Amino acid sequence: MNVMSNFSKGFVKENPVFRLVLGMCPTLAVTGLAANGLGMGLSTTAVLVSSNLVIAVLRKAIPDKIRIPAFIIIIATFVTMVDMLLKAYQPGLHSQLGIFVPLIVVNCIILGRAEAFASKNSVTNSIADGLGMGLGFTVALTLLGTVRELLGNGTIFSVNILGSGYQPFKVFGFPPGAFIALGLMMALMNMLAKKYKLE
Amino acid sequence: MANIITIFFGAVFINNFVLSRFLGICPFLGVSKKVETSVGMGMAVTFVMGMASLVTWLLEYYVLVPNSLEYLRTIVFILVIASLVQFVELVIRKVSPTLYQALGIFLPLITTNCAVLGVAILNIQIGYTLFEAIVFGVAAAIGFTLALVIMAGIREQLELVFIPEHFRGVSLALIIAGILSIAFTGFQGMM
Repeated sequence: MNVMSNFSKGFVKENPVFRLVLGMCPTLAVTGLAANGLGMGLSTTAVLVSSNLVIAVLRKAIPDKIRIPAFIIIIATFVTMVDMLLKAYQPGLHSQLGIFVPLIVVNCIILGRAEAFASKNSVTNSIADGLGMGLGFTVALTLLGTVRELLGNGTIFSVNILGSGYQPFKVFGFPPGAFIALGLMMALMNMLAKKYKLE
Repeated sequence: MANIITIFFGAVFINNFVLSRFLGICPFLGVSKKVETSVGMGMAVTFVMGMASLVTWLLEYYVLVPNSLEYLRTIVFILVIASLVQFVELVIRKVSPTLYQALGIFLPLITTNCAVLGVAILNIQIGYTLFEAIVFGVAAAIGFTLALVIMAGIREQLELVFIPEHFRGVSLALIIAGILSIAFTGFQGMM
C-alpha cells in the first residue's frame, strides 16, 4: 500500500470509532461539547503520530518478547508531554477533559496501531497511518460532539444555532445521551456503509 | 464509617464506572455477551483494581511525592498495572488452575482496561486515604461487574428476537447501555 492510502483509510473505510469500534471511553466521555471532542481528537492524534514515528524507527531494535511494555512506555512518555503542554497552554480544555488526558495511554487505538502497523512498517507509512487514524478519530469525535451539543444545548462550538426559543434535549449533554447518540450514529454509518458497499 | 459507605455506594450505583463515568467501555461492549464470562471478567477486574489501588497509592505517597516526581505518575502507574496483571496471572495459574482456565483470556486484557488506570488516578486526584482508596477501587470494580452482568443478561435475551439489520451489534448495545444509564440516574436520589 502506498503512503496516500495508508493516510486516507482512517477517515472512512477503517474509521477507528465507527468501523473498528476502538477508543470508546474518550469518545463517549468528552463529546458533550464539540470543542472538547475536537481537543481530545487532536491530543490523541499528536500522541498517535509521535508514538508511531518512534516505534517505527525502533522497530528492529525492540526485542519481540518485551515489545508491548516497550510500546507502553513510549506511548506513556508522549501522553505525559501532551498532558503538560495542555496544562500550560490550554488550561480550560485540560480541566474539561480531566482524567481522560492521562487515560490516552490506554486508548486501544494507539497500542493497536503500534502493534498492528508501526512495528511492521516503514517510518513514512507509519506517520501517514498515525495521522490518518488520528484525524479519523478527531472527525468522529467532533461529529458526535456537534450532534450532542446541538441537540442538548442548541449550540455548535458555543455559537447559538437554534435560537432562544429552542427547548434543548438536556439528556444529550449527560451520559445516557452519549450512549444513545453514538448508538444511533453507528446505525446510520452501518446503513451508509451498506449503501456505498464499503464492507 | 459513614464516609466509607458513601464512597462504596457512590462508586457502585450513583457514579457507576461504566454507565456514568465511561471507564471500561471496551470490555463492557466486548465481553458482555454471556453472563458466565461476565462474572469471570468481573472477578478478575475486582481483584486487579483492589490491588492496583493499594500499590499505586503507596507508590504515589512514599516514592513519587517525597522525590517530587509527580509528573511521572502516568508512566509509573501504567507499568505497575501491567506488571500487576502479569503477576496476578502467574499466581492464579499456580494456586488455582481451575480459576485460571475460567479467566484465561481475559486476564492479559485487563491492562488496557481504562477503569484500572482510571481508578488509580482518581484515588490520587480526589485525595483519598489508603483505606478509602482500596474501598473505592473495589466498589468501582463491583459497579463495573454489575453493569457487565446486567448487560450480558439483556444481550442473551436479544439473541432470540429480530433486530433491524443496521442496529445489530455495537449500535444496539450502545442504545441499551444508554437506557441502562438512564435507569442508573435514578440512584442519584439515594444520597
